[in-house]
Amino acid sequence: MRGVRAGLPVAVGYVPMAMAFGVLATQTGLSFFQAGAMSLFVYAGASQFASLGLLAGGASALAIVLATLVLNFRHFLMSIVLSRRLPLRHGRDHAAKAAPFVLGFGITDETFVVASLEDLLSIRFFLGLIVTVYLAWLSGTLIGAGFSSLIPAIIARGMGVALYAMFIAILIPGVKKSWVNGLVAVAGGLLAWGASAALPALPSGWRIVIAILAASALGAVIGSGDETAAEREEAA
Amino acid sequence: MIWFMIAGMCLVTFVPRVIPLVLGRNLVLPRWIRRWLSFFPYAALGSLIFPGILTVVDSRPWIGLAAGGCAALLALKSRNAIFPVLAAIAVTVGLQLATGT
Repeated sequence: MRGVRAGLPVAVGYVPMAMAFGVLATQTGLSFFQAGAMSLFVYAGASQFASLGLLAGGASALAIVLATLVLNFRHFLMSIVLSRRLPLRHGRDHAAKAAPFVLGFGITDETFVVASLEDLLSIRFFLGLIVTVYLAWLSGTLIGAGFSSLIPAIIARGMGVALYAMFIAILIPGVKKSWVNGLVAVAGGLLAWGASAALPALPSGWRIVIAILAASALGAVIGSGDETAAEREEAA
Repeated sequence: MIWFMIAGMCLVTFVPRVIPLVLGRNLVLPRWIRRWLSFFPYAALGSLIFPGILTVVDSRPWIGLAAGGCAALLALKSRNAIFPVLAAIAVTVGLQLATGT
């Protein structure tokens, strides 16, 4: 399945991150099952790490939940984009009714960028992608929480670069299509960097929200960029 | 306390991800918003790559940059994402070994 194959580079990047989460969670005082439940039910990398930091700092559960909401607002933006790209049916059957909930749960920064840059996004492709990536996140967490520091740090960091390499690999074809896409990406990176330098207290999720909104506005003003996406929308 | 936190976190991560998909195409958006939305993936990519790539190996930001540059060169040649990913992993491990951990 093409979706599964597209998910493999993401999965390679998720495993070491999830393992790091599992190790850190047990060190913070969560049980094996609590660490696993976080990845099983919450499934939001940045928020999971942030919650551990907040827990260690003595924050209340309510404060942690609010911080999570703030951190994850970016997925709302991403879901809007995908809701216009995924060919969801309006059926009365269970599959059609459950689809938005299942597919929505699978949205992460990584699955969003892979899926949104797919030329003809199908439900099958997205499902294959999110299941692969979800299983990698979950199994990584369980390995990390179960057997702390089984993998040497040097290899874990090597695998940690996988996500960045994958982002670059899917960015390049877009830049070949239109230089405006490249400009938007560079602006996004610089804005995220600038925001973190100017406002160190700003949670990382909001850095990304600011960068997405502002850099995309720049692209929309300058040029048409991804014409094919615009045309698809017109046709639909 | 921890289980309450996990339940709350589950709710607040799930709802924003799902609402737009439930509304689906019933949501009619003006042309300028659709144009703006079409750039979201590239802006997201940029902000996810940078500055994060500098922190792959905390004390040596150039290792992440070297691995990223290598991935970019390979991505120019091939459309399959797995080669740049494997090469970047090899470069990161290799450079750490070469310069000491």
